[in-house]
Amino acid sequence: MREFSVVGKDIPRPDAWLKATGKAVYTDDIKLPGMLYGKLLRSPLPHARIVNIDVSKAQALPGVKCVITGQDIPKVKYGNWRLFPATQDEYALAIDKVRFVGDEVAAVAAIDPDIAAEALQLIEVEYEELPPVFDIESALKEGAPVIHEESPNNVSVTRKIEYGDVEEGFSKADYVREDTFTVHAVSHAYLEPCSTVAQCDLDGRITLWTSTQTPYIIQCLLASTLEMRENDVRVIKPYVGGGFGGKMELRPWEFCAAFMAKLTGRPVKFTLTREEELATGRRRHPMVIYSKVGFKKDGTLVAKDLKISLDGGGYNSMGPTATFLCGNFGAMLYRYPNYRFFGQHVYTNKPPAGAMRGFGAPQSLFATETQMNMAAEELGIDPIELRIKNAMVEGDVIPDVATISSCGFIDSLKEAARMSNWKKKRKSLAPGEGIGVGCYSFISGGVFNWFNTQYPFSAAEVRVFSDGTAHLLTMASDIGQGSDTALKQILAEELGLEMKDIRVTSADTAVTPQADLGTWGSRVTLMAGNAVIDAAKKIKEKLFGAVSARFNLNVIYDMECKGGRVYAKGRPDRGMSFGEAVAMVQKAQRGEPLVARGYYTPRGKGLVTPAFSFGAQVAHVAVDQETGKVEVKKIWTAHDCGTVINPMAAEGQLEGSIHMALGYALSEQFVMDKGKTLNTTFLDYKIPAAMDMPQSKSAIVDTYEPEGPMGAKEVGEGLVSPTAPAIAEAVYHATGYRCKDLPITPEKILKGLRDTKKRKRKRS
Amino acid sequence: MMHKISIKVNGDLYVLSVEPWKTLNQVLREDLNLTGTKLGCGTGDCGACTVLVDGRSVTSCLTLAVEMDGKEILTVEGLAPAGEELHPIQRAFVEKGAIQCGYCTPGMELSALYLLKNNPSPSEAEIREALSGNLCRCTGYNKIVEAVQWAAKELKAEKSKSTRSK
Repeated sequence: MREFSVVGKDIPRPDAWLKATGKAVYTDDIKLPGMLYGKLLRSPLPHARIVNIDVSKAQALPGVKCVITGQDIPKVKYGNWRLFPATQDEYALAIDKVRFVGDEVAAVAAIDPDIAAEALQLIEVEYEELPPVFDIESALKEGAPVIHEESPNNVSVTRKIEYGDVEEGFSKADYVREDTFTVHAVSHAYLEPCSTVAQCDLDGRITLWTSTQTPYIIQCLLASTLEMRENDVRVIKPYVGGGFGGKMELRPWEFCAAFMAKLTGRPVKFTLTREEELATGRRRHPMVIYSKVGFKKDGTLVAKDLKISLDGGGYNSMGPTATFLCGNFGAMLYRYPNYRFFGQHVYTNKPPAGAMRGFGAPQSLFATETQMNMAAEELGIDPIELRIKNAMVEGDVIPDVATISSCGFIDSLKEAARMSNWKKKRKSLAPGEGIGVGCYSFISGGVFNWFNTQYPFSAAEVRVFSDGTAHLLTMASDIGQGSDTALKQILAEELGLEMKDIRVTSADTAVTPQADLGTWGSRVTLMAGNAVIDAAKKIKEKLFGAVSARFNLNVIYDMECKGGRVYAKGRPDRGMSFGEAVAMVQKAQRGEPLVARGYYTPRGKGLVTPAFSFGAQVAHVAVDQETGKVEVKKIWTAHDCGTVINPMAAEGQLEGSIHMALGYALSEQFVMDKGKTLNTTFLDYKIPAAMDMPQSKSAIVDTYEPEGPMGAKEVGEGLVSPTAPAIAEAVYHATGYRCKDLPITPEKILKGLRDTKKRKRKRS
Repeated sequence: MMHKISIKVNGDLYVLSVEPWKTLNQVLREDLNLTGTKLGCGTGDCGACTVLVDGRSVTSCLTLAVEMDGKEILTVEGLAPAGEELHPIQRAFVEKGAIQCGYCTPGMELSALYLLKNNPSPSEAEIREALSGNLCRCTGYNKIVEAVQWAAKELKAEKSKSTRSK
C-alpha cells in the first residue's frame, strides 16, 4: 500500500474558517448596485389551462420595473436529458397549462421585495380547470386526464433490463416470494433556500451567481432558453448551503433573473422562501415497487423480477435518470443469475420529483433489503448469512449494469456483524427492542451521457509557480460535501506540496476549464480527482525532465515530488525544491508558464458507473408498545469507499446520511390534499434534530479501486440507503410489525401490533 | 411610518429608521450588510438566524427591529474576541469537522455560546437539547456536539488560566 502524506488525513476544510466567521458569501448575501428583487407567481391549481393573464395592474404599481409571463419568453423547452429532446418538457414560465400547485406562471422584478410581493397579488390569471390525477394508479388508467400531450398514457420514460432467463430461473426455485412496496416523497431540506442573482453586461453577456450543484448544466440550458451562445453566459457558484440533488437543474428563477436583467439592464435577485421550497420544491420520488425473488432451499438466489413505477409529478425533472438507475440498483448487491427490470416514469399533478441523495437507490434498495430480510426468516437462515451467501464480489460483471473492480461487501457484512455483536443481540434483546440489517451499493458517478456534453466529464487545470505554490482550477462544485478540500488534498499529495501551498478556484464557467457535469451521482471524487491527477502527472513529467537534465541522471531513474522537493527516487540529493524545478522548466520554455490540463471521461466501464461502493449497516431500536414511538438507539456501519481521502469528512458524510435516512424512515413525509402540500414549515415537516440522532459507530473496510484516484470511490450518497430497511427490520424484530410502506409511523406500528395480537390469538 | 431605533451590534452603535414590519434579520442582513446571520425558514423553526440580544439567544427572523431599541446584539461577525481570529467555539467547529455547507453554522455557534455562558460544563444530553432549535441537514449533529464539548473544555481552561494570572 502506498504511504500518503496528505491524503488519508483528518485535514480540517480550508473553507470552514470562512463559514465559522460568517464571511463565506452565499448567493443571497450578494447585493449589487441598482439590484432589483424578483418574485414568482405560482399556480394555485394542480391542472388547468391558462386562458388569460392580465399584468397591467401589477405593472402600474410604483416601484415595479418588469413583469413577465410565458407569453414574453422564448418558446424553448428545457430539461437535463438533452440527448433525448423529447424528454425536455418544461418552460421557464407556464405557457399553455399549469401541471402542479406551484407551477410558475409569472415573474415580477421591483425595487424592493415587499413591492414585488404586492405586485404578485395584482396579477389576474384566468384558468380553465382540468381534471387532475394524483397517484400512479389513476394516471395509468385508460381515459385518465393527459398531463402532457406528448405522453398520452402519462408515461414519459420507460427502461428495461434483462439478462439470463427469468422464467427458467423461477422454475428452478424452491422458494419464491412476491411483494409490493410503496415509498413516499421527502424534501432535500437543504438549509439554504434557492437563490440567484443575474447581471447583464453592457455587451449583453450574462453573469449568473446561483445556488447550484451544476454550473455547467445551468450555463448550457440558460443559454439555450435565452437563445444566446453558451459562451456568452457565465455561471458562478458561490458557497452553497447544501443541495443533496435538489439544485442540479435549470430552474425558473434562474431563467427569470437573467431574462429580466436583460430587459431592465439592472441586476435581479430571486431568493425562495422556505414555504416555496417545501410546498413546490423538488422531492424524492414516491414509487410503487413490485418485486419477485426466487431462492434455492439453501438460500442461493436464482431469479429476480422487478417492476417499478415512479410518481414523477408534473414534469420529468431528473425522473428519467432515477428510472434508469432504479433498475441498476435493483440488480446490485447480490448475484442474480437471471434478472428482469421494467421501470416507468409516470406524470401526476404534483410538484415534480427530482434527484435526491441516493437517486433511486433508497427506494429500490428498501425493497431489495426488506425482501432479503423476509426471505431469511422464511428460509430459516440468518439475514447476514443469507447476504454473504449471495454477495457480489470483485470481478463480477453484469452486462450494461456493472463491472465490479473492487468490492468490500462481504467484509462489510462481517464487520457490521462483529461490531454490533449481531448474533448475540439477535437472540437476547429486551422485550420491545430489536436489531436489523440493511445494505447498499452505489455508483461513483454516472457514465450514461444524457446531458450530451461535448466536453470531458471532468477537467482540471494546474498552474505551478517558482515560489513553490500551485493553483488548481476546476469546475467541480463544492456544495458542502468538501470537494474543494478533497481535490486540494489529491493535488497536494501528487505534487508533494502542503495544503497551504495550493489555491483553488472552482465552479466558475468562465475561468475554470471546460467542463464538469457537476455534483451528483457521487461523481466528484472519482472523476474530478482523476482529472486533477492527470494534470498533475503532466506537470510532474516536465519537472522530472528538468531535474534529470540538471543532474545528468540515467533515464531509468524514477523521480518523485515529495516534501516540497523534486528528486530522483533513491537519490534524494539529486534534486531541488519544487519552486526551483518550476523555475528551471520555465527557463527552458523561454518564459512560458508551467500549466497543464487534465481530463477524465470514463471508458470501458459500461453505461452505468466506473466504480461501485458497498456497505452494511445494523440498527438497534426500542419501540414503545403503548405509543408506537421508535427510538433508534445505535447504528453500526461498515463500508467500502476505496481509499479514504479525508476520514473526518467521510465520517461526516456517513453521519449526515444517517440523519437524512432517519427522517426518511421515521419522521419525514409530505401531507398532501388534492395536489396541495399542507406541511410547509419545519415545524410540520419534521427533519431530525440533535436529540433524535442515534449513537453511531463505523468502520471502513480496506479496498483499493483501480479506476479511482489513488484508489478512492464514492462515500457521500450510498450510505443514505441502508438505514430505512435496517430500521424496518429492527422494528419487525422488536414488534412483529413488518413495514412495506414507508415511513414507519407510530400509527402503522400500533395497527401492526394489533394485527399481530389477533393472529396470535387465532393461532392459540 | 418609520421608527427610529439605536442599537449596538457587535459593539458598534447604529441609529436607524426602520419600518414597523422589518425584522431584526432584515435589518442585520440588508441595512447593516452583516450577512453572516442567515435566513433558513423565516418562521423560527431552523435557527439559522440565531443571534444574541442582551446575552439571550433569539431567532432574528421572528424579532421585530423596532423592539431592539437600546439593545445590544451579538452576531457571528462579533464572536471572535478583539485581536483574535476565532472564538474557541469557532475554532472547535473548524477543527472537529462540524462544518459542511456552513449555512447553519453561525446560528449553531451562537446557540452554543448561549449554552456555555449559562452552563459551562454541559452533558451531551444538555448540548443536544440546547441545539435542538438549530437544524442541520449535512452533519448529523454528532460532530457539532463534539465541537461544543471541546469548546467547553477550552473555555474552562482559558478561564482558570486568567483567574490564576490575576
